[in-house]
Amino acid sequence: MSKHTLSVLVENKPGVLARIAALFSRRGFNIDSLAVGPTEHPDISRMTIVVNVEDLPLEQVTKQLNKLVNVIKIVELDQAAAIQRELVLVKVRADNDTRSQIVEIVQLFRAKTVDVSPDAVTIEATGSSDKLEAMLRMLEPFGIKELVQSGLVAIGRGARSITDRSLRALDRSA
Amino acid sequence: MTEHAASPRRGDTPAAHAPGPQHVVETMTGAQSLIRSLEAVGADTVFGIPGGAILPAYDPLMDSQKVRHILVRHEQGAGHAATGYAQATGRVGVCMATSGPGATNLVTPIADAYMDSVPLVAITGQVASKAIGTDAFQEADICGITMPITKHNFLVTDPAEIPRVIAEAFHIAATGRPGPVLVDIAKDALQATTTFRWPVETSLPGYRPVTKPHAKQIREAAKMLVGAKKPVLYVGGGVLKANATAELRILAELTGAPVVTTLMALGAFPDSHPQHLGMPGMHGSVPAVTALQKSDLLFTLGARFDDRVTGKLDSFAPYAKVVHADIDPAEIGKNRPADVPIVGDAREVLADLIVAVQAEFDAGHKADYTDWWVKLNEWKTTYPLGYEPAPAGGLAPQQVIERIGQLVGSDAIYAAGVGQHQMWASQFISYEKPATWLNSGGAGTMGYAVPAAMGAKAGRPEATVWAIDGDGCFQMTNQELVTCALNNIPIKVAVINNGSLGMVRQWQTLFYNQRYSNTVLHAGPEHDGIAAPAQGTRIPDFVLLSEAMGCVGLRCERPEDLDAVIKQAMEINDRPVVIDFIVHQDAMVWPMVAAGTSNDEILAARDVRPDFGDDLD
Repeated sequence: MSKHTLSVLVENKPGVLARIAALFSRRGFNIDSLAVGPTEHPDISRMTIVVNVEDLPLEQVTKQLNKLVNVIKIVELDQAAAIQRELVLVKVRADNDTRSQIVEIVQLFRAKTVDVSPDAVTIEATGSSDKLEAMLRMLEPFGIKELVQSGLVAIGRGARSITDRSLRALDRSA
Repeated sequence: MTEHAASPRRGDTPAAHAPGPQHVVETMTGAQSLIRSLEAVGADTVFGIPGGAILPAYDPLMDSQKVRHILVRHEQGAGHAATGYAQATGRVGVCMATSGPGATNLVTPIADAYMDSVPLVAITGQVASKAIGTDAFQEADICGITMPITKHNFLVTDPAEIPRVIAEAFHIAATGRPGPVLVDIAKDALQATTTFRWPVETSLPGYRPVTKPHAKQIREAAKMLVGAKKPVLYVGGGVLKANATAELRILAELTGAPVVTTLMALGAFPDSHPQHLGMPGMHGSVPAVTALQKSDLLFTLGARFDDRVTGKLDSFAPYAKVVHADIDPAEIGKNRPADVPIVGDAREVLADLIVAVQAEFDAGHKADYTDWWVKLNEWKTTYPLGYEPAPAGGLAPQQVIERIGQLVGSDAIYAAGVGQHQMWASQFISYEKPATWLNSGGAGTMGYAVPAAMGAKAGRPEATVWAIDGDGCFQMTNQELVTCALNNIPIKVAVINNGSLGMVRQWQTLFYNQRYSNTVLHAGPEHDGIAAPAQGTRIPDFVLLSEAMGCVGLRCERPEDLDAVIKQAMEINDRPVVIDFIVHQDAMVWPMVAAGTSNDEILAARDVRPDFGDDLD
């Protein structure tokens, strides 16, 4: 099994997320992470879906996704040719003795301290899954009180845009 | 599919078929807009039942001169009737129901149509938009429920969207790989005043079915077909859906390759044609199943390597390369990897293939299947379809079905339920033309036959329509005979009455030590089902039941009466006719490949494994 990142352009309509999630579950695929948000075009949303599958089932799930009427385009983003980011907010136990050590770790990972209270620090960090994992491993000994993590978002490197042609298709059909 | 069916060609926009004035802009209610939209897309028949939420739509429907509504007795009947209509005419079938239970009663026929790729539009009323999500009276999230069994569905709460959504629904249902589309309309959207505009612009940026095959793939496929030694044209329902039967015949005769037609493709190639080997699969003919197993090239056209065809997948056609042409890219490589994948409409694929094969011939390459035909003909003559006669004085179910086919002929439409009688109807009736065989292939929906036959007859009133049903199936949906009787839809129903759920009983005979748990339908001293040959289901009395529903009820129990009864039924055309054929309960469907085993293990009859001449390999 290997991880694959799919960028899925969908029509911004009610129920689209349910259709996609239902398709994954019906065909027996697990979603590792899912992020949905607007794009530069108000009628198009973009989903970034990370799946852990072999190549052959990946082809099948991609084809099935493509059959959904609200799905405009699917691109698999190659890890080497794309920038992939996750966001994590983590609340770490901190007192006068440990606070400075925690802040040092935060700086090492170019993260940010976004909230401080007498017995906790809240840290915001973005980066690849590997970087965030490494940071969390460093913070773990201090005591992680609460953690929230976003789905992965990704964009291809270089000047090419995966939305260009889809937008033209949308304009034609409108 | 038929001359009667002026079905829209794929790729056309529905608006292009809009009859009447060029541009219409009128103020009316959402309900009127719905009916006008249905008229504009060319819907002429709707099967349905009104209820609270859909009630506004039924008011203008009463006045429509173009749309005939047929009031069914159960929504499931409406759905299967729409499917039968679509299968027989090639046009989109339409059914209508109210919210909640009305809509959920459509779930089975929608799932059935999805599995068999039938163009269907289901229109359901929904509770008023403000009440959606409140567990209101007769509320069901039918869009959520049907999401995995529709090609697409819509929830309409804005009346202005109705014409566009109807146009899109019909377009999606009929084009590409056909399938069911559900349109759920909130009651307040039907009641509100809105503007009806026609034609409408559709907006489907994510829906672009590929119909034109890739030229390079076509050339490659043609080269493989001409170069193969043991090819088989493995033909599925896609060839019928694409109206490609004429092209199929040309390609088959041009190359001389053998043809097998799946359960969904019966009639795509004449059964009587010398190149036809029969149906592949679990109850396929020995030559068809064996040809695939021994083949070196599966030339697959609009078929999907269903488990009922392949048997145990990893031992299916082990020596064959695969050319796989289908309109749905997701079918290619789903179950069996393809050496040459072709995405396209079967008719365009076949038309291009004919040209490409001819070009191969012109270049001096010749297809030579002589040795292959020696083997194929040997299997055909050694293992023809057959059946054991019934115990003395009784009727064999196969004999009944075969005789109906012979007397009624191949111009008629046959609709089957699901089970033994379905398999016998697929085996012992000769299908020579497209759209003459309707059945529930993928879903295996018992109770399909009567409502599907009703829909077919409503769509093609000039045709003779026979339902071949079992006594189990018949008890699921026979109430639609009332609909037939009241709406001048004179279908014929042959109930193959063996007093049991025959196919399940067959499995109990073969795999469960003859323990007939809950498969006995008849009432009598043989309640346990082990005693003497049954006398068929007698409660209810199907003759009396049919008479009570406004039909002519006949019964046939002896072989000597068989022809006379069938002929009597053929002469009655003012009412539906039901014939209760009492047949013996121990008949089994052969050949058979047991579920989960290899097709090499096909049995021609009980304990009879054919000699395949394995030295050939």
